[in-house]
Amino acid sequence: MKQLIELNINGRNYEVAVNPRDLLIDVIRKKIGLTGTKKGCGEGDCGACTVLIDGKPELSCIKLAIACQGQKITTIEGLAQEDGSLHPLQQSFVDHGAVQCGFCTPGMIMSSKALLDRNPNPSPQEIKHELSGNICRCTGYKKIIEAVEAAAKVWSQEGVK
Amino acid sequence: MSQKDTGSKWNLTPQGWNLEGVPAYQDQTRYTQVGRSVPRVDAPAKVKGEAVYTGDMTLPGMAYGKIKRSPYAHAILKKIDISKAQELPGVLAVLTGAEAPNRWGIVPQTANETVLALDKVRFYGEGVAAVAAIDEETAEEALDLIEVEYEPLPVLLDPFESMERAHEVLIHEDSPGNIMHQGEQVYGDVDKAFSECAYVLEREFHTNYPQHGFLEPHTALASYDPQSGQMHVWSSTQVPHYLHRQLSIVLEIPMNKIRVTLPTIGGGFGGKGEASSAEFAACLLSRKIGRPVRVTYERSEVFYTNKGRHPAHMKLKMGLDQDGYIKAVDFDNTMDKGAYSGWGVVVLFYTASMMHLPYKVPNVRFRGRSVYTNKPSTGAMRGLGGVQPRFAMECLLDELAEMMGVSPYELKMKNAIESGHTAVNNMFVPHSEYKKCLQTAVEKSGYLEKRGRLPFGKGIGMAGGYYISGTAYTLYQNYKPHTSVMIRVDTEAGVTLFCAAADIGQGSNTVMAQMAAEELGVFYEDVHVQAGDTEIGAFDLGSFASRLTYASGAAIKMACVEINQKLKETAAGMLGVRADQLVIKKREIYSMYETKKRLPWEKAVEAYTSINGSLVGLGNFSPPRRKGIDMISGNRVQGANIGHSPTYGFSCQVHEVEVDVETGRIYVKKVTEAGDCGTPVNPMSVEGQVEGSILFNIGGCLYEDQKLDASGKHLNPNFHDYKMPTMMEMPEMDTNIVESYDPTAPFGVKETGEGAVQPTFPALVNAIYDAIGVRFYSLPITPEMILKALKEKKEKEG
Repeated sequence: MKQLIELNINGRNYEVAVNPRDLLIDVIRKKIGLTGTKKGCGEGDCGACTVLIDGKPELSCIKLAIACQGQKITTIEGLAQEDGSLHPLQQSFVDHGAVQCGFCTPGMIMSSKALLDRNPNPSPQEIKHELSGNICRCTGYKKIIEAVEAAAKVWSQEGVK
Repeated sequence: MSQKDTGSKWNLTPQGWNLEGVPAYQDQTRYTQVGRSVPRVDAPAKVKGEAVYTGDMTLPGMAYGKIKRSPYAHAILKKIDISKAQELPGVLAVLTGAEAPNRWGIVPQTANETVLALDKVRFYGEGVAAVAAIDEETAEEALDLIEVEYEPLPVLLDPFESMERAHEVLIHEDSPGNIMHQGEQVYGDVDKAFSECAYVLEREFHTNYPQHGFLEPHTALASYDPQSGQMHVWSSTQVPHYLHRQLSIVLEIPMNKIRVTLPTIGGGFGGKGEASSAEFAACLLSRKIGRPVRVTYERSEVFYTNKGRHPAHMKLKMGLDQDGYIKAVDFDNTMDKGAYSGWGVVVLFYTASMMHLPYKVPNVRFRGRSVYTNKPSTGAMRGLGGVQPRFAMECLLDELAEMMGVSPYELKMKNAIESGHTAVNNMFVPHSEYKKCLQTAVEKSGYLEKRGRLPFGKGIGMAGGYYISGTAYTLYQNYKPHTSVMIRVDTEAGVTLFCAAADIGQGSNTVMAQMAAEELGVFYEDVHVQAGDTEIGAFDLGSFASRLTYASGAAIKMACVEINQKLKETAAGMLGVRADQLVIKKREIYSMYETKKRLPWEKAVEAYTSINGSLVGLGNFSPPRRKGIDMISGNRVQGANIGHSPTYGFSCQVHEVEVDVETGRIYVKKVTEAGDCGTPVNPMSVEGQVEGSILFNIGGCLYEDQKLDASGKHLNPNFHDYKMPTMMEMPEMDTNIVESYDPTAPFGVKETGEGAVQPTFPALVNAIYDAIGVRFYSLPITPEMILKALKEKKEKEG
């Protein structure tokens, strides 16, 4: 039985009709049309589907959409600045070669953002720990860690919302 | 760095170095675009979540396809009843195997796969029927309504058992002995050479059954237009051309009525190097209903149908003379093919060629066979055919060094090949910096100081390796060029490069833009790359075998010749100088003798195109053909397409490990790597390839293995139970690009995508030996194996 719910995604309210069993990732991708959030495994193992819910990284492929009412959801599309320029984390991923096939990238950036929001100066070990739920098969992770470290510097110097 | 700009090739030594000793790729007088670490052209869209992958696409009226899969690993398909599924509201079409019986396979001589099983299933998870419905939920519901009657057959999961029991169970009727293919390659007099050796050692090695683990599951979207008869397929493939060809065979539609387009691809590593049933099912269903159909695999389906690395059961014997020179190699390899042939023949003979480099080996015997089993098929996986024999050879060399009482480094340096080497099987290496790789990695890691001197539980190990670069076969026996590049220059689009090459995340679009910009004297940002489309792009064989940088580089150079010539002629008239005195660099055309005589590049383009229209150049590349009999030496040249490789990449890795003797867990602490990739077109991308390669095969060595139960059921078809390295497993990595320039290669380039995976297994295994004094011959090396081995060692030492 479908019901109408309201989801707040990237600062905008969307009214969507969902089944109680509908997963957040499917609603975001299919009903709302934000396809930046990726589905790599569908079982909460790879982290490609990571979005922020009230600032915390969550796996949208094992999260029921209906349970997200009244919460603030941020997806990769909600990160770029208002003038279209890149968020410092995004820019840092580009500049440091932290992107290859790009399928893990949205989830990786969302997890990184949650980390830097909480801890603007993480050690490499803290970065590793925080991002260990996001699998990347292309890069060997080194450049991702470098990108997050460099973004953290910009973050602490310039301040980012 | 020198800034003077005087026809710099005159300043270069034959090795590609300028007189100041600066390697060519760093010499800005020579290259301005090649050798630059530039961000990927596709990176901004990817970090914004705007890159469109096949699974992100929807078309008006699009239906969703799903495939029903067999719960048996080997069974006769007695009956399929699709009537209930057809009646389910929302179901648009149901497809069975009989509707598309033509066999497909990337190697036509052994093609034996069908879109859906015809008369029997040969592995757990093989497709038996497909459904198109208005949404995925309805399609899934319909799958449950399809009734299939099976008659189970004995299941063969081990290649040796499969050969033994072939008289009672045949997996394919036309493959006696359950052998897909077998072969022998003998060079020199191996037995005589062994009888003269001072040191001889023979060991057996067994490798595991890992899978690629790319994050984007296979997805295909097909749209058939019943009016024009045109099929348009968007797919996550790394071989648009081979997919195109297979589609033509299966659908019985001429290739010119099929168009393959690649949206963004989420990784491949060889796993998208063949067609998949997703593509065929999407096309067939779309043709049935006249609407677009998308098939996106679940992760479990990727595990069942994707073609991981062949488990190899290898016997390797090597002999050295009293001075430590390798005299003979005898290699016997039994490969586990799984259910269908795929790349099998190619992989089998690749393993044979691995014995011939990167060491001088005068006598080589290879015997190999690829054997069918009732497992998900194996195929091309990063460093295909190289990784397994490299593991065996580099570990055996370590043992032989110990036998001789020398360091493995000394033994490997002594036998390492150099530029201009011709192997006994006639593989020709025009250029090699392999010794420099060994030296760099060993010196930077402190290998010689640390080996044998670290406390128990800590260890260091080294290994080298090589891979082909720029070669391939057209597997269906055709001599056409392997890569064609068309470049268009005009005032409307600037520079546009058309090539059907597949950027699967390795960054080929960026690298092609850099090479074209270099050759045309513009900036890489000026080049628009139109790739991955069989209709728009000029022909390319695909992204596999580390061929693309070399092949596209050569074609790009050729395509630019005529463009540059025309622009120089135009500019010569405008400047009042001779055309052959003109240089084009950084968007300027100027006389190399009178540098004040110059004009902007676009002025010449404007002048030319306003009279003649767009300027178009076409370039082709074919690798040298070295198969057959050398008429002068009488040597036969063999070894799949490796024998045709125009050049080779080399590398060395040193691994440092810590073994927790309480838990058996292995921690890789540091990896020091040195690679000869020729000119690194984009050094940042090269590092990314190397770092990714190292972690890829650390996973293969320590964690990754597909497991089946006795009935052939896949036990870990998910990322929860199939463990790949996370950031926590990442070691410190010191990767080094050794100075190298292959004067025979376009821009001096070689491969880097697959060479760097080669040394990882043996370097790690050698390091574990140094740590705990136990040699392992089977992969992956699990904590249980470590604990068992330590216990046995303790009991023995008693």
